Amino acid sequence: MNKTPKAIALISGGLDSLLAAKIIQEQGVTVEGINFFTGFCVEGHTHAIRKKDQNKSKRNNALWVAEQLNIPLHLVDIIEEYKDIVINPKHGYGANLNPCLDCKIFMVSKALEWIECSDYEFDFIVTGEVIGQRPMSQRKETMPVIAEQSGANDRLLRPLCAKNLPETLPERMGWVDRDQLFDFSGRNRKPQMALARQFGFDDYAQPAGGCCFLTDQNYATKLADLWQARGEKTYELDDIMLLKVGRHIRPKPHFKLIVAREEGENRFLQGYKKQFTSMQPVSHGGPLTLLDGVPTDDDLKLAAQITARYSQGRDADSVTVEVIMNGQSSELHVSPLPAQDVMSEWMI
Amino acid sequence: METQHSLDTRNLLCPLPVIRTQNLVKTLNPGETVEVVGTDPGIMNDIPAWCRINGHEVLESTTIENEYFVCLKVGD
Ligand code: SF4
Repeated sequence: MNKTPKAIALISGGLDSLLAAKIIQEQGVTVEGINFFTGFCVEGHTHAIRKKDQNKSKRNNALWVAEQLNIPLHLVDIIEEYKDIVINPKHGYGANLNPCLDCKIFMVSKALEWIECSDYEFDFIVTGEVIGQRPMSQRKETMPVIAEQSGANDRLLRPLCAKNLPETLPERMGWVDRDQLFDFSGRNRKPQMALARQFGFDDYAQPAGGCCFLTDQNYATKLADLWQARGEKTYELDDIMLLKVGRHIRPKPHFKLIVAREEGENRFLQGYKKQFTSMQPVSHGGPLTLLDGVPTDDDLKLAAQITARYSQGRDADSVTVEVIMNGQSSELHVSPLPAQDVMSEWMI
Repeated sequence: METQHSLDTRNLLCPLPVIRTQNLVKTLNPGETVEVVGTDPGIMNDIPAWCRINGHEVLESTTIENEYFVCLKVGD
């Protein structure tokens, strides 16, 4: 092969994928990044919504990594295809609703499609996986599973732990020098941090727990509740976005309330008023609430009382709540629900 | 400012506005201009970062009330 070898690196935005791509780049390989958006990725989402978080960095870490490496980054929306991974993971879930092993296999197989597309002329795939780093997907036994089931086989190179794994195509072909790859293993992050220092990287992202909301227990509980209420495991993008916002309260099995916690969430939920029954106090300052389900008149009254409970009129005798249902506006005058009557089992 | 194309990403959260911008820009010619409007303040960082990586030029970015506008020119 006369041309410079070319690799496509999976860039999550974390340190490991940054280092993996850098190691290969240092060996004279042309590297381009690919980042998959599943809908569950932990990026600026909630930061963008909640006012209290607005001062936090809202940078997209994958873009930041690409800038550090001075490489193009392909952002790929896989929301639709990814549903099957979340809903029917062949290898099951991790501690919460995170289907990490299926997710890794799927992402590598998507990267493989880019290799097989002649427009780009990629020769192999790079990931930042480290044996023993994650209990479900990054174990010695799962490394070959990902390589095989994705179809990438020996075109998949993990530079951070390659020395603990069999030789891959890019090593055999002499595109990369195995001696300059690494043998990291386990959960200890110190070797990666030392390597980052050596390359002059600081200010990199250090996500705790995982790269997506599916590893978050509270989030997973809300998703499981959604599935249970629907009687089937399905979701749309709006559903999974809304699980990141507001207080989720299910007073009865057939309806749920999403109550904004502050101004930023109020604004975000405004965008959903056409899709849901909504309510907001008008006699006092208070949250916008979306109602997911088909409510009876009694349900509407209870929902208005709960909404009033979180308004500035929580101690008033009566709060007027505007209800918009099927495009029709009406007003309900309700007494705010006392704190002790908001059952803890309603809170999702 | 006057641009040839506009992209509405209101109520989408990052990185979707960037993905939509990327997908639109792929269909355009060098020199064409686009205005992206969104409600996620993240676009004020992410679209310029994406432009830097991919060789496009940010012409202007502004905030009007709770909406964010980024105008860009497609690079070569
Ligand atoms: S944490 Fe989420 S994105 Fe990361 S491997 Fe697991 S399921 Fe996939």
